[in-house]
Amino acid sequence: MSIAWQNAGVLLTVSTTVRPATDLGFLLHKHPDRAQRFTTAAGPAHVFYPQATEERTTAALLLDIDPVSLVRGRPGSAGRAGGRSGGLGAGAGAATAGVEAHYVDDRPYAASSLLAVALAGVFSTAMAGVCKARPDLAARAIPLEIRIPALPCRGGGGELARRLFAPLGWTVEAVPTPLDPRFPEWGIASHHDVTLTGTVRLADALTQIYVLLPVLDDGKHYYVGPDEADKLVREGARWLGEHPERDLIARRYLAHRRGLASSALARLATVDDVPEDAITTGFEPGLVSADSAPDPAEPGAAPATSPISSTAPTASTAPTAATLATAATLASASTPASASVSEPKPPSLAQSRREAVLGVLRAAGARRVADLGCGDGKLVAELLADVSFTEVIAVDVSHRALELTARRLRLDRMPERVRDRLRLVASSLTYTDARLAGLDAAVLSEVVEHLDPPRLPALAEAVLGAARPRVLVVTTPNVEFNVRYAGLAPGALRHRDHRFEWTRAEFAAWVRGLTETYPYTARVGGVGDADPDLGAPTQLAILERTG
Amino acid sequence: MTTTMTDPTSASDVGPRVLAIPEMCLVVLVGVSGSGKSTFARTHFAPTQVLSSDFCRGLVADDENDQGATPDAFDVLHYIAGKRLAAGRLTVVDATNVQAKARASLVALAREHDVLPVAIVLDVPEKVCVARNAERPDRPFGPGVIRRQAGDLRRGLRGLAREGFRRVHVLRSVDEVAAASVEYTKLFTDLRHETGPFDIIGDVHGCRDELELLLTRLGYDLSRDEAGRPTSARHPAGRRAVFVGDLVDRGPDVPGVLRLAMGMVAEGSGHVVCGNHENKLVRALQGKKVTVSHGLAASLEQLGAEPAAFQAQVTTFCQDLVSHYVFDAGRLVVAHAGLKEAYHGRASARVRSFALYGDTTGETDEYGLPVRHPWAREYRGRATVVYGHTPSPEPEWVNNTLCVDTGCVFGGSLSALRYPERELVAVPAARVYVEPARPLAEPQPADGLVAPEPAPPAGPAPSAPSAEPAGQSADPSSAEALLAAFPPLGPAAPEPGPSLGSQLPLGSQLAPGSELSLGSQPSLARDGQVRARRPGPAGADLLDISDVLGRRFIETRHGGRIQVREENALAALEVMSRFALDPRWLVYLPPTMSPPPTTTLPGLLEHPGEAFAAYRADGVDELVCEEKHMGSRAVVVLCRNADVAAARFGATDGSTGVVHTRTGRPFFPAPAPSTAQPSAAQPLAGQPPAGEPFAGRSLAERMLARLRAAVEDAGLWDELAADWLVLDAEIMPWSAKAGELITRQYAAAGAAARTALPAALDALTAAAGRGIDVADLLGRTQARRDNAEAFTAAYRHYCWPTDGLTGVRIAPFMLLATGRAAGTTYVDRDHRWHLAIADRLAAADPDLVAPTRHILVRAGDPDSIAAGVRWWEDLTAAGGEGMVVKPAAGLARGERGLVQPGVKVRGREYLRIVYGPDYTQPEHLDRLRSRGLGRKRSLAFREYALGLEALERAVAGEPLWRVHECVFAILALESEPVDPRL
Repeated sequence: MSIAWQNAGVLLTVSTTVRPATDLGFLLHKHPDRAQRFTTAAGPAHVFYPQATEERTTAALLLDIDPVSLVRGRPGSAGRAGGRSGGLGAGAGAATAGVEAHYVDDRPYAASSLLAVALAGVFSTAMAGVCKARPDLAARAIPLEIRIPALPCRGGGGELARRLFAPLGWTVEAVPTPLDPRFPEWGIASHHDVTLTGTVRLADALTQIYVLLPVLDDGKHYYVGPDEADKLVREGARWLGEHPERDLIARRYLAHRRGLASSALARLATVDDVPEDAITTGFEPGLVSADSAPDPAEPGAAPATSPISSTAPTASTAPTAATLATAATLASASTPASASVSEPKPPSLAQSRREAVLGVLRAAGARRVADLGCGDGKLVAELLADVSFTEVIAVDVSHRALELTARRLRLDRMPERVRDRLRLVASSLTYTDARLAGLDAAVLSEVVEHLDPPRLPALAEAVLGAARPRVLVVTTPNVEFNVRYAGLAPGALRHRDHRFEWTRAEFAAWVRGLTETYPYTARVGGVGDADPDLGAPTQLAILERTG
Repeated sequence: MTTTMTDPTSASDVGPRVLAIPEMCLVVLVGVSGSGKSTFARTHFAPTQVLSSDFCRGLVADDENDQGATPDAFDVLHYIAGKRLAAGRLTVVDATNVQAKARASLVALAREHDVLPVAIVLDVPEKVCVARNAERPDRPFGPGVIRRQAGDLRRGLRGLAREGFRRVHVLRSVDEVAAASVEYTKLFTDLRHETGPFDIIGDVHGCRDELELLLTRLGYDLSRDEAGRPTSARHPAGRRAVFVGDLVDRGPDVPGVLRLAMGMVAEGSGHVVCGNHENKLVRALQGKKVTVSHGLAASLEQLGAEPAAFQAQVTTFCQDLVSHYVFDAGRLVVAHAGLKEAYHGRASARVRSFALYGDTTGETDEYGLPVRHPWAREYRGRATVVYGHTPSPEPEWVNNTLCVDTGCVFGGSLSALRYPERELVAVPAARVYVEPARPLAEPQPADGLVAPEPAPPAGPAPSAPSAEPAGQSADPSSAEALLAAFPPLGPAAPEPGPSLGSQLPLGSQLAPGSELSLGSQPSLARDGQVRARRPGPAGADLLDISDVLGRRFIETRHGGRIQVREENALAALEVMSRFALDPRWLVYLPPTMSPPPTTTLPGLLEHPGEAFAAYRADGVDELVCEEKHMGSRAVVVLCRNADVAAARFGATDGSTGVVHTRTGRPFFPAPAPSTAQPSAAQPLAGQPPAGEPFAGRSLAERMLARLRAAVEDAGLWDELAADWLVLDAEIMPWSAKAGELITRQYAAAGAAARTALPAALDALTAAAGRGIDVADLLGRTQARRDNAEAFTAAYRHYCWPTDGLTGVRIAPFMLLATGRAAGTTYVDRDHRWHLAIADRLAAADPDLVAPTRHILVRAGDPDSIAAGVRWWEDLTAAGGEGMVVKPAAGLARGERGLVQPGVKVRGREYLRIVYGPDYTQPEHLDRLRSRGLGRKRSLAFREYALGLEALERAVAGEPLWRVHECVFAILALESEPVDPRL
């Protein structure tokens, strides 16, 4: 067990000025003159009333959580015991449970899904809108003030709280907190002291908070399975369909599943004092998390940290509210996604990139091919679909990427005839690898920009010097085109793991350098709708061996 | 029994037969059922050396006589035999082997593993065999079976040598079988008992003058005949000359060179391995039909002028030359064209071919010379391999192999490697005797570019019923249309016409007109002494995935054999490949460190007393306590200048060192990925076209420049005779490196506590004011608030703003290694020596370099211990992280071997950052005291041993892969599941 010894103290207060205000006790089914303790799934919760007068009554819910209970459900906690073995057998799954790093963080003090769970446990009747003593009061909107002193508003700050609560009729006051007054340059904390004021039915208010707490926190402390989608449909039935931020709510509530992150890799991050999720895993992590479906057969792989691309959802990749009716399937649906969230028409560009690559390989008459840096294996799937490719090697340095590929391809139920054509190889392009030698063709699609420039000669040597495919196809972003992406800040790159992005001249210079060192000829071009001045969004080079 | 058969190898039998067999070979017993093979095998060989077909039948079929199981049984037998032979173990096959077909498969097996096949035939009378079988109830063979076997045997006996058996022993009677004994002979190549020292001399090619000069320079005394011709040479200190072959052809005095070398061999002061030119010369001298090249013509003409006796002597000498020699207990191998590890000490035609001609691919290069596979780049053997055959201006070590042919006959020089000193001695050629076919200065362009032929596809190709397999590619118009979008890239024409692309057929080679220049240009001057290096990783530095992946064991000199698990290697591979620096810079990664046994003192988890006691128990008395800086661990590799960085670490971008983290990442990351502007300068191949050095480099380079100046001022370069050095250090403040972690985790926790807890206290106070009993909860919440404040105060000690290097400090605490031509490690120096060096650096640049405060503690002295405890208490009371306790002597050994290199004793307040604000609550402390340290200690020890090993290998100039496997293993071990809070 690895948990910081932090006792939690999470607070939420509900006040009303309805007359008599003490009726709040009836609505909440908790007596205003008593302090009560409840055991909830999230730990012990206390309800007491700091104020209880005719004019104004305030109920307080205070979580008093022992760190031991906090650890439950975290990655690396007991749920992971026994490890798991994916299609690749060896791997990080062998790591034993409970030793993953856990830094001290703000969760014990901040209102997160823990509070939501406690809320649902303590006020379940009130949330259902049931009150035999005051049925009229329970059915109508009453003046309410709800304060959550430490409400995480990840990826949007107070404005996010306003975007989520204002459409529901709340006046939102969100007071930011400096991370550390000693170091003003650190900026403000993600959590805000939030007060919601409005005239709302109490049951709705509690339900909204129940749903929106984890949305604001953008991460749940427990495993997100398909039943979570059912829960969202159930709880949000009255108000979510009309909410302008319903896409964001659905996506975040169902938590970008972090999949099967390699725990060994995560541990390495802690060695360097890097927050775990600052290590990108797989070549296109944003894509991976949006794409992968939760697998109920693998409990315990819970996302505890925020995924990489948590903000600025794109219209085409996020589930729409219309799908909420079938939200249960949403959780397991595979959404077409792009290489990067910020491309304007992501699916089409990624798809046309794959088509271009496939076209080159087919035209080259390649039969034995490798996708070097296969990511989650979309191209591999398309290669396998074409029997003219007699041998397909999916190569990635990320064990997790290969697991995703194996999953995408449904390796376990793949017909033997197809399976025989496929090899999954964990390897690195900065090392030579005899398993990759002598192929008809190799693909480096959106890979080189993930390497630090000083390592590119090693990649060139490994691929062109040692593996020596007859044909090599390289694709990489055209940085000149970036200005066409509205969502991309000036000078920003398309992916946070990109170490560089090249202009057409830079790419051509690099390719030319390759042909001067290795016996290859090259041609370069672009993929995607080209801008007359800026070129195509993706650059592509074909190298052919001459010797 | 007929007596017409004769033993093809042995003379008539007088007395008991002694069967000579090589130490490493495949012995094939041949004899009919009942001839006594198993008894013979039992008598002369160890049980594990003998593989019997009967036994294998039993393995696969539970019945040793189930003839139906014979094919499976032989599969098993061949498999086991193959494993044994691959490991170089003598193996005896006990089966009838009377049929040529059965023997042929065994001969093939021996050849596959490059060992000699030997046949021992037990030819005892048929009736004896019939009688013996009759006595055995489990062998229901009739006499017919025996007769048939005997017939097979008779038919095959004459042809055994032709079948490929290198020795054939036939024992022709029951008595002879009983009396025979086995004697092992060494292989000709096996000179492991010869330990040198040696002088290994490159291709002489008839350059007698230069050879005389070289031998003289090496210290040999030459003896001469009456005509003044050198006939032999001898070294007063008993050194031996080893010639890598190609003594003959091309040069001016082939007979003179042969006379000298033959004399040395005869005298025992020299060894010669066979070169391809000797091989061809022999065949020419024997009158065989060979193509007489220009070089061979010279030899034949010169030898033709010699007396017939000398010619005969030369023929015999060259004929007897051995393919390669293994010297010095297997540590040194000399072969003319090199030899891969699997062939060392082996004997087969292909071993000889490799040794004489290299790993040829069957192709020829643009000069018509054979293309060779770069076996040395892939060489991972422990033995040093010295060879010749391929001239290059400057010998260069590649993975513990060295080519000493410096092209004397082509006007280069004649070189020798002194072994084990590893020094090169060379004399320049008096003139160019022959013009080379390929410019000498060109570094074997084809070698690096040619891989073995593609292997056939693995796995069966799926049949595609009815569908045309390459349907899409069959349509040329689509290929053309596709290609039109991708114009060929020309060096001189950045924007070629798109029409060119559409004319080119895809799937075939491009038209010659569109071809770019390929390979490196042979443009180097003949007199160029500096060998052109290809940009990018030099061949010697190429790492292979098999150097790091899979389950591995690493032998370390200080920590024994250390295992790396496959899954940990996989995790490390990703980090190493995607985030770490060029492996050539990574000669060390710092080990993790364990805390001392957990204390039982109230309110504390860690206390110096436990550390002192633990070392005392290990038998270490003199300890150094060093303050822990609570920065971030950093390793600094500092070069005196960019030339040193380029020569030693392969830096091509002008950098003069690196500062890296515990996982080999650059310490100073790129500020923001720069979208590099197109630079006017033509970029190097494979280099990014960015004009600036790699992002983040500038800050690292600024720190390196300051450190270099400090080292210079302190006079350390000269004092240590060093051009580069490696420092283990801490860089402060913590916030400089861990800024994101601090703000996202620690500061966020403090901030949330500052808003949530006061609000909760207000609510609880109000409720209490209403007379509601919340006293318990109020008390707990108050304590929580106080702990959160203490927590915030704790991390604040290690944070301060920095701007560039301003505000950044580095505290080096160990000088790990230095180097110039050769390297030295200082891991066994007293820590006071290291700290004195650090103090001198701090004195030279007090703004940047922070000293490390320390005191000496004697673990057996109570007063000293009390002083140590007090020192720690003062340190931590002032907000310090704590201290590290180390054996003062550095590398310290206790009764059970190496002891922990250090333990960290962290302060009570500091541990809030690690264990959480409320860890000091008594109920939590009690739970924490049960923390297990075993894994952490084991991990710390293994990483320490690997780190030392990496340094030792690096300073010894071992191949990159040998250093890298240790560094990589440390990273892999770091991914083992160990409580990270320890």
